[in-house]
Amino acid sequence: MRFFFDKNTWQEIFGSIGKNRTRTIITVIGVLWGIFIYIALAGASKGLDNGFERNFETVAKNSLWAWSQRTSIPYAGYKIGRSLRLRVGDAQVLRNRIPDIEYIAPINTKGVFGGEGAQVVRNLTSNNYPVYGYVPEIAKMATQKIYDNGRFINEEDTENIRKVCVIGERVQQELFEKDEEPVGQFIRIDGVYFQVVGVHKFTRTTPFGTDGDIYIPFVTFRNLYNTGDNAQFFTIAAYDDADVVQVEKDVKRVLKGIHRVHPDDERAFGSFNLGEIFSRIMGFARGITFLSLIVGLATILAGVIGIGNILLISVKERTKELGIRRALGATPNEVRSQILLESVFLTMLAGIIGIILGAGVLSIINKMTEDNTDFPYTNPTVPIPLVIGALLVMVVLGTLIGLIPAQRAVSIKPIDALREE
Amino acid sequence: MIEIKDLHKSYKMGSNTLHVLKGINFNVKEGELVAIMGSSGSGKSTLLNILGMLDVADSGEYRLDGIHIKNLNETKAANYRNKFLGFIFQSFNLINYKTALENVALPLYYQRVGRKERQEKALKYLEHVGLKEWSHHLPSELSGGQKQRVAIARAMVAEPKVLLADELTGALDSTTSYEVMGLIQKINDQGNTILVVTHEDDIAHMCKRIVYLRDGVIVEDKEIEQVRASEYVQ
Repeated sequence: MRFFFDKNTWQEIFGSIGKNRTRTIITVIGVLWGIFIYIALAGASKGLDNGFERNFETVAKNSLWAWSQRTSIPYAGYKIGRSLRLRVGDAQVLRNRIPDIEYIAPINTKGVFGGEGAQVVRNLTSNNYPVYGYVPEIAKMATQKIYDNGRFINEEDTENIRKVCVIGERVQQELFEKDEEPVGQFIRIDGVYFQVVGVHKFTRTTPFGTDGDIYIPFVTFRNLYNTGDNAQFFTIAAYDDADVVQVEKDVKRVLKGIHRVHPDDERAFGSFNLGEIFSRIMGFARGITFLSLIVGLATILAGVIGIGNILLISVKERTKELGIRRALGATPNEVRSQILLESVFLTMLAGIIGIILGAGVLSIINKMTEDNTDFPYTNPTVPIPLVIGALLVMVVLGTLIGLIPAQRAVSIKPIDALREE
Repeated sequence: MIEIKDLHKSYKMGSNTLHVLKGINFNVKEGELVAIMGSSGSGKSTLLNILGMLDVADSGEYRLDGIHIKNLNETKAANYRNKFLGFIFQSFNLINYKTALENVALPLYYQRVGRKERQEKALKYLEHVGLKEWSHHLPSELSGGQKQRVAIARAMVAEPKVLLADELTGALDSTTSYEVMGLIQKINDQGNTILVVTHEDDIAHMCKRIVYLRDGVIVEDKEIEQVRASEYVQ
């Protein structure tokens, strides 16, 4: 230990570094670049990971949507091409038969999948907006952010078939004055007055949502547009530990049974599995993380090899000096330790600077992208254990690579070293 | 202090073998100042290197302060060099990025002496050689004579049993050479054993004993008074 804390040891290291300043700087940059790339890549991939998480955070990640289409296989006396319609009652059957379903909600819409939206009028302003018939369970699946003292559609709205609505931010901006409180005000949707009970911030609760959406109670929608027992699609959330892909298959299987559709008819019901998409995206993000780890480590290795190289040259240049030291009583171990310490010191120095620079760049990128919610990138961080791990890998590699010049330094006889010019 | 019996050393030069030392027998008592003289290739530097444990003899016996120096590994040789020997080289061999003080203190570092004590001792020995005021100068800021004085201080700082000087005046002008040799004499007067390898007659004549080597054998070994007497007769 004396060796590490002795001024001479560090004088020796700084002396050697100072003598070959340019080459040392270039070499340090090699390792610095390696750890910088490692930190930047690891942080960027974590930022991507967090970005995807953020973009999906407003909706249950294990949710899926199912809707009806036309049959493609004749079955049980029905011809091919039969148009199917989901019924509200199907939801209860699905919930009963598939235990992995936590929530299921029927949804009807106007102006979402083609066709004009509802005509919405307030005072002298009117516009067309998509309208959704929602049940209160939707709030449990997709966390709507209500503000201005507003609320989401609740059970009482459903029970009393209230004419209430939650409007999107764009609807508010277009129909209300800037400093006007929309909650409690009335708007006319396709000729019927609705009271605004809340304003939702735009969150992608469905793959097709916009900030111009208006939500009204499902039963009110049914009465307004005379949809009867029909549901345009179901939105389903499975339990956290459920296999969403299997739930999707089960939903289609049960629906085929209810609507007497051939079991092999793949076109009869459509679905969109957010859970599957989410896990694919997260798998992609994990792949990027792994790749960044490999690339970062490979770059660090290249840098450390550079340090080994400079030390080999440095040892060659200092052969005579090492000979003098040995003539004065330096043991091979002391010479070896000195060279090794140089290697470890350079590696550590480069590593720490690289980490600081990497963290700085990540912080700048974070600042530049934090307001851009469309870009799936936020809070790029590198876990401390990964940073410490990288430093440890560097120290180990620095030590191993330093062994080569250290061994070369002691393999020369003192008498030969002293003769060296 | 030094006992050598039938020392042999050869070097392989391609397919040829060069027999440099051909059975050297010679003793040095404590407090002696011995010059080893000879022309180039006579084997004097090889002998000094073996005495300094920087090289190993092929055969023969070498005792230093009663210790049989044989089959030493590098670590042990380094420890013995540090404990028993001080080296003074023709080209000074100072470390150029260390100050005079740091250069002198270096052998003490390898003796695990604490920093403060190292510096105090180094300063004391720099004072001995008249360079106390130059202690914080780099070798590049010193003259040849000053560098050699620093090297002498460095050789003495660990208080070795024997000082080995290889052509210590070889890189100095005559005035400085005499000054440096005067210093060596002064150190010897304090009881230190010193061996000086030289090819310069006047330098050798400042020693107490002269050993002449020719073609790897000692051809003459005389006290300085005997040398002077025979020169007077001639």
